[in-house]
Amino acid sequence: MPFGYVSPAQAMRDKAEYARQGIARGRSCVTLEYDGGILMMAPNPSSALHKISEIYDRIAFAAVGRYNEYETLRKAGITYADLTGYQFDRDDVTARGIANYYAQNLGTIFTENLKPFEVEIVVAEVGRQPDADQIYRITFDGSVTDEPGFVAFGGQADQVSAALKEHYSAGMSLPQAFAAALAALSATGNGERSEVTANQLEVAILDRTRDHRAFRRIRAARLEELIREARAESAPAADAPSSPQAPSSPQAPSASSEPATGPDAGSTDRGSGIGGGDGNPQNPL
Amino acid sequence: MGSYFDGSAQFRQTGPFAGEEEDPGRMRPRPAAGFMDRQSSSFADFLASHSPDLLPGRAPRSPSPAGDSSALRDLPHATTIVAAVCHHGVVLAGDRRATAGSMIAKRDVEKVFRSDEFSAVGYAGTGSVGIEFVRAFQVELEHYEKMEGRPLSLAGKANRLAWMIRGNLAAAMQGLIVVPLFVGYDEDASQGRIFSYDVAGGPYEEQRFHSIGSGSVFARGSLKKLYVDDMPVRETVLACVQALYDAADDDSATGGPDLTRRIFPVIVTITADGFRKLPEAESEAYAQQVVQERLVQPDGPSASLHVAS
Repeated sequence: MPFGYVSPAQAMRDKAEYARQGIARGRSCVTLEYDGGILMMAPNPSSALHKISEIYDRIAFAAVGRYNEYETLRKAGITYADLTGYQFDRDDVTARGIANYYAQNLGTIFTENLKPFEVEIVVAEVGRQPDADQIYRITFDGSVTDEPGFVAFGGQADQVSAALKEHYSAGMSLPQAFAAALAALSATGNGERSEVTANQLEVAILDRTRDHRAFRRIRAARLEELIREARAESAPAADAPSSPQAPSSPQAPSASSEPATGPDAGSTDRGSGIGGGDGNPQNPL
Repeated sequence: MGSYFDGSAQFRQTGPFAGEEEDPGRMRPRPAAGFMDRQSSSFADFLASHSPDLLPGRAPRSPSPAGDSSALRDLPHATTIVAAVCHHGVVLAGDRRATAGSMIAKRDVEKVFRSDEFSAVGYAGTGSVGIEFVRAFQVELEHYEKMEGRPLSLAGKANRLAWMIRGNLAAAMQGLIVVPLFVGYDEDASQGRIFSYDVAGGPYEEQRFHSIGSGSVFARGSLKKLYVDDMPVRETVLACVQALYDAADDDSATGGPDLTRRIFPVIVTITADGFRKLPEAESEAYAQQVVQERLVQPDGPSASLHVAS
């Protein structure tokens, strides 16, 4: 327990410094929009512990920092989203609502707890149209910022962000966005590029065209293919065939055991008397 | 931060990790504590502890004698659901009628739903309560999958549904009955499986085929003669449509195909490729085939008197 008197301002500054250091110690994560949705990528050697996760139908979560802390937040966010969707309707769950929920919680934790959460969170939502995509970043003290287009956070966030800004442009295809994210994450302080393999990356997308649940992890064969394409594009020698093989569509089945495509439009339903599952355009689900 | 200087600080935590006990001295509103200390990945469990009033199957506040209340009697009831195992899959089909007393309350009710990518559920009983259960069950399965990072096993899903139905027992005894029929594709065993329930839960695993609802007696009798093991999907669907037709033929609370309004049974299949709901046009094709044959032989295909040796 702290002895003597510590001014509240000093206590807050200390907490903030502590949290910032904790977050900077880890690795960066990037989130960016592309023509088909939103891409999230983070270096992650573990296949069991995820930094990027699904929250709701069209909403995903990415975090950096202390794993057990952002795991708690992830589960709380999923609970909040499922409760809201169940109480009202699935369309009533928004990234904005979840970002506000996280902001409220993180703010309270920062103020009341002896130790703040060393986490930084991004909540992203893919819209039906590209201009409806949203990316929110919530920091350890509960500040929310709207991050249109792209964001890099955690680790050496400034460097990664600068690199990402160089490579990013609006309306990229998935392989292009993948290459941009990979280049940004590989740009470490000393300028050398580390060779990244598929089992060191965690990658997921929110696929705009997918019905019901837009979140999909990119793994195994598909991930390796994208890494190969990204490397081929960035290869300095121009004599190599510069255009990689035609990128397969994001809906191409990967080697994972998930069903290859999402449910047919109209074959999912909300299980209520509302709208049925007959592909009624008002209720596309 | 006062509680840190409280003697009980070592047993009690502050902030979002605090348990349910209320500190009378604390005036600040706390963030929803229940969200941050989730022990179970079950959404239904969470509702039970956090907001039990949202759970499906809440008994009505003023208990009335079972079945006597005219309000309960006039609640729309949903009726015949048929399930049949096919080659590496399972088919689930339901009629479209909801009756309230002797009136047809709704002609195009959907009673068969996708619960997740490899399972589906149909219900018989009170329509509104059934809908609530289906919704809650869908959220339950999806919630578990998001929290844990893997979907429940088929047996796990069947058990969760049983637990939820058990929670409805009090309401069921007052007339708000819901009985589901749950089917799924078991990826490990590469086969479709059927689970039935009673008002107090279950599940009971059924072999080959099963039916629930007021017309189930007739549907089961029909399938008894038509069903063959390991049929391809198309023929299993046809057998289910025949069974529903026979149920509608003998049960007033089950609706047959409505050719004038183009309302046909809801038919879903679950195979290794996942859930598929047959589009209206496809369902219509099966129904038309059955109807055309019935014009020639109204009682449907007749079974041979002897088993082929």
